[in-house]
Amino acid sequence: MEELKRLAPPAELRRAPVVEGRPNLGALTDKLSAFAEGRTPRWWWILFLPAAFAATVIFPTCLFYQVFTGVGVWGNNHPVMWGLDIVNFIWWVGVAHAGTLISALLFLTRQHWRTTIGRMAEAMTVFSVMMAGLYPAIHVGRAWFDWFMFPVPNSNALWPQFKSPLMWDVFAVNTYLMVSTLFWFMGMIPDFAVLRDRSTTRIRKTIFSFLAMGWTGSARHWHNYEKAYVVLAGLCTLLVFTVSSIVGLDFCTAQLAGWHATIFPLYFVIGAVFCGFGMVMVILIPLRKWCGLEKIITLSHMDKIAKLTLVAGLIIDYIYLMEFFIAWYSGDPYERWVFSHRLFGHTYMVMGWILIGINVGVTQLLWFKKIRSSLFALFVIGLLINIGMWTERFVIVVGSLYQDFLPANWGKYMPTIWDVGLYAGTLGAFFMLYLLFVKFLPMIAISEVKGVMPEADPHHPLGGAKNGGRQ
Amino acid sequence: MSGKIYGLIAEFDSPAAILRAAEKVRDAGYRRWDTFTPFPIHGMDKVMKLGNSLVGWVSLAMGAGAFASVVGLIWYCNAFDYPLIVGGKPMFSPPMTFVPAYILLIMGGAFGALLGMLGLNQLPRLHHPLLDKKRFELASRDKFFLVIGAQDEKFCLMETKKLLESIGGAHVEIVEDKD
Repeated sequence: MEELKRLAPPAELRRAPVVEGRPNLGALTDKLSAFAEGRTPRWWWILFLPAAFAATVIFPTCLFYQVFTGVGVWGNNHPVMWGLDIVNFIWWVGVAHAGTLISALLFLTRQHWRTTIGRMAEAMTVFSVMMAGLYPAIHVGRAWFDWFMFPVPNSNALWPQFKSPLMWDVFAVNTYLMVSTLFWFMGMIPDFAVLRDRSTTRIRKTIFSFLAMGWTGSARHWHNYEKAYVVLAGLCTLLVFTVSSIVGLDFCTAQLAGWHATIFPLYFVIGAVFCGFGMVMVILIPLRKWCGLEKIITLSHMDKIAKLTLVAGLIIDYIYLMEFFIAWYSGDPYERWVFSHRLFGHTYMVMGWILIGINVGVTQLLWFKKIRSSLFALFVIGLLINIGMWTERFVIVVGSLYQDFLPANWGKYMPTIWDVGLYAGTLGAFFMLYLLFVKFLPMIAISEVKGVMPEADPHHPLGGAKNGGRQ
Repeated sequence: MSGKIYGLIAEFDSPAAILRAAEKVRDAGYRRWDTFTPFPIHGMDKVMKLGNSLVGWVSLAMGAGAFASVVGLIWYCNAFDYPLIVGGKPMFSPPMTFVPAYILLIMGGAFGALLGMLGLNQLPRLHHPLLDKKRFELASRDKFFLVIGAQDEKFCLMETKKLLESIGGAHVEIVEDKD
């Protein structure tokens, strides 16, 4: 310990420890696997039952009614052919992005604090991409023709039209789902082995033995595993910048005022990350308390998430400014009309002001240390960001469609109960899957967290280098 | 050499101890040995002379293969099998294939990374002789194990056991191969 004191930097330069309370490796393993092994607490059931109801009753009802009847049950109608289905699609894709950013990009930049929240963020990605992918599939109207989008030889001798961004979307979203699931699963293999070795019942042992696939923790295994992890993290980082860009291209290749802008791909990527960080705060803040993980997901980690949210928020604010500036600077009367109507129009101006109020206004609160260290404030801000970003997508999609170039072509859009019901259903399905994940799978990357502890470094005094390996 | 013996296992307490032990086992001239740890130990790949992992190449091959196949597929679909004029653009031009091909490159690369990792590690396997050892359950917790395989040319029950004990290994035991 003397050695440790000598080596320690001065207090003002010291970094917050990844895990508080200096548990040894054994105690840390107990702590991290406790929730997946312990009794199911009451709060879990209180959250799970309504989520499961939404997922298994409301969701299929709205889904099947729409598929059997037609897109007409939604509020979509000329001229607003993209309604809540596309708004929610972009919103869910956005929620996914923060998970990939945290688990992949922060891994490549060697941010040790990501180990504690990475797995939970990845699970968020996987489940929200599932929800996102559903929307375009049913938005086409005749869901049984979805296979037309895949290059399958067929009796009509027709192939997909690969020049369209809408087609690229099919590839992008499916790839995103597959790759983020692979990344999530591969990260869990060593932790499945942990749960296998700790299991006390035969059924748990069997299940986790299958999932761990015979993982022993051999140095040769780790060697290949680490390489594969870096490669996957690199590929996932590319996906962060690709998937939402392609969604953005769906819009900016259209001629419509308000959509036809080169800033859209970047705009959608940053918007997605911003929205996703909001969701990370909403999910992590209650779970760290209820699962007893306060010393693992520390206040310092939440502070860092808040700072990243602020950065994303500031870029978003800059993009809003640019959009309005370019609309004015272009001199195009249609562009000017659309943008002035976002804030001063008649039908949807409330949405425009909610968007500015939250994404530009509320985000600035994160400048203050006091706000960033209040979990309640962060939770509320996270919720508001989700609402703000949902509103943003509504303003972009509906706001540009309802008044296009010909006044004779104008119309209004109002979602119906089936639009809202389907959204509630996807929210329920998302939270149901998430709660199941938290309960049954290793929700914190056990081996990764152990790997960034000071004891894990063979050259660190706590790693035992100076006393012959005996502590 | 007995077919029943898989090897000798020794237990260590810290990352530094297993790293020093690994250096000594290597210097003693053993070839078929391995360490088992709850997390990757920094510097162990150098001690064990593992070199560069081939996973990156598997991933690259699958990614590049996916990229090329998508370019080929788009040419086949939109320019050869059923030529389709869209907006007066050429039937086929390389830039138009980029986005789908690039996305599938990511997909191929990701599958390559996972399958390459599993293949090179010879996973999945349903059983491993070490998993029979009760104490080996700690390898995923907080203990560090070193195993010298019976297949090694230098393996000798007495000598190897002596070596493992002399470098600080605790609970030196025989691992049986029941298969």
